[in-house]
Amino acid sequence: MKSSLPMQTSSLKNELEGEYLEKIRKDFPILQQSVHGKPLVYLDNSATTQKPKTVIEALKSFYEVYNANVHRGIHTLSEKATERFEHTRQQVHTFLNSTNEKEIVFTRGATEAINLVAQTYGRQVLQPGDEILLSAMEHHSNIVPWRLLAEEKKALIRVIPMDLQGELDLNAYEKLLSPRTRLVAITHVSNVLGTVNPIEQIIQLAHRQNIPVLVDGAQAVAHRLVNVQSLDCDFYVFSGHKMFGPTGVGVLYAKESILKNMPPYQGGGEMIVTVSFDHITYKSHPYRFEAGTPAIAEVIALSEAITYIQKIGFSSIQEHENRLLDYSTQALLKIPNLKIIGTAKEKEAVLSMTLGDIHPHDIGTILDEEGVAVRAGHHCAQPVMDFFDIPATARASFAFYNTQEEIDRLIKALWKVLEVLG
Amino acid sequence: MSDLRDLYQELILDHQKNPRNFGELPDANHHANGFNPLCGDKISLDFNTDENGLIHDIRFHGSGCAISKASASMMTMALKGKTIPEADALFQVFHHLVLGNLVTEEQIEHLGRLKVFQGIRDYPSRVKCASLPWHTFKAALNHNSKTITTDSDNDSVN
Ligand SMILES: Cc1ncc(COP(=O)(O)O)c(C=O)c1O
Repeated sequence: MKSSLPMQTSSLKNELEGEYLEKIRKDFPILQQSVHGKPLVYLDNSATTQKPKTVIEALKSFYEVYNANVHRGIHTLSEKATERFEHTRQQVHTFLNSTNEKEIVFTRGATEAINLVAQTYGRQVLQPGDEILLSAMEHHSNIVPWRLLAEEKKALIRVIPMDLQGELDLNAYEKLLSPRTRLVAITHVSNVLGTVNPIEQIIQLAHRQNIPVLVDGAQAVAHRLVNVQSLDCDFYVFSGHKMFGPTGVGVLYAKESILKNMPPYQGGGEMIVTVSFDHITYKSHPYRFEAGTPAIAEVIALSEAITYIQKIGFSSIQEHENRLLDYSTQALLKIPNLKIIGTAKEKEAVLSMTLGDIHPHDIGTILDEEGVAVRAGHHCAQPVMDFFDIPATARASFAFYNTQEEIDRLIKALWKVLEVLG
Repeated sequence: MSDLRDLYQELILDHQKNPRNFGELPDANHHANGFNPLCGDKISLDFNTDENGLIHDIRFHGSGCAISKASASMMTMALKGKTIPEADALFQVFHHLVLGNLVTEEQIEHLGRLKVFQGIRDYPSRVKCASLPWHTFKAALNHNSKTITTDSDNDSVN
């Protein structure tokens, strides 16, 4: 059974350990290398994930075999490229369980997807004095587009507070929902704290007052099953590169009832029906939002990333990553003066830490010398740093290919930090 | 291959633990703030010059990593008593040194103890940590009242 990855079914689940895990790791060429003479331990998965061979091969074979523009040519290559491109759209639709594939718009990434919503939907509905509700743990990409829009429209940004565990205050949230609230934009999983927000509840509460909700799923889709219909979110965004796919491609899911009434975003080829200098008619969704030549190779390769995740299956992924989270949390807390930032009850395998008054940048450099890649900095979430009154953290973030031995290497490297700088 | 000990030398660790000239200078005639958005390092620098144009007193405070703290501390020691043109010359050589540009043995000797930062050229992501205090000094010199950031200079070595 272990020689080929079985499809995910409820009765069949492969535990990510032993030979099976080793085999999976071999699918990721980059994980086989050494850094500073030591086998690479890659723990920066929240920043970007590594790519399996199938994704890399898909990029290569596109350029070697059927590179052509999409939706334009009537020649064989273009038809094949178009067919594969649209196949990914179909696959994303089933991956998210949207109502149909027309609700799937390809973007450059989560960032562009949020900007798209802000500049089309947001711009259309926002009036002076209206409010947009964000949370205290947003990534800059779910703050800045709204700030820009709010400034233009003289609207206000309101912020759902959190506590010191990194959990949102839902009572405060309910009180912040007002007749002026036009949109709630919130992260599914925090990239710094690992908190999994109770978005079902957040969406329900907003919908009671007919307020739409955008969910930033950048840190969720590689780790947990997302079902946009059962969540009932109005918008859901993510990036391909954080789910084992290529950079340069992301997804905006929007409910068809909303998407079909949204004005265009960028103008250009692909998104029009007829153009003259004084009159233009636009295509319907999703093409209206995909001006210009898209990231064709990347979209096509994203399909392989989704296939890979589905073959392993989210229940195996969750079980394994929860084990890694427990194991590393216990081990880290044995290190003197180490503090974990983000201790929510519902957490993904993300560990932000501070180590006495040793600066995270110094931690990052020393860990790197030991072959351990973590991120050190503010993680594009300066408001989170300000809230915890720290300049930065060192962050280890896991994916299904990480192992307990790698956590042991992390712990050993942290002791080395204490030896050099403690 | 680079060695951690080339980066975290004893002298650097000493200055990190016991920074010299740490604090504020209320009667400073030059002041600037520096910020590294990548890691959140902040430095505030004050100095004053006497009637002969010598840097008479210089202090810094803020928060940062071992490298930026040590660099700020050692910079203040190196600059005290220097004329502005001398300080500027030191800035130039230091900047070239950490970027890994060619500097002559003579210039390196001229840096004195600051040459411990030579090892940083093997750590491109840390160059800005060492150069932030110096850029802040330049800003103070030019009476630049905006907070300067490491993004707006060309320290990038890639
Ligand atoms: C929570 C969250 N949202 C959005 C983004 C932005 O993703 P991208 O830079 O791929 O557009 C990130 C990336 O770090 C993230 O962690």
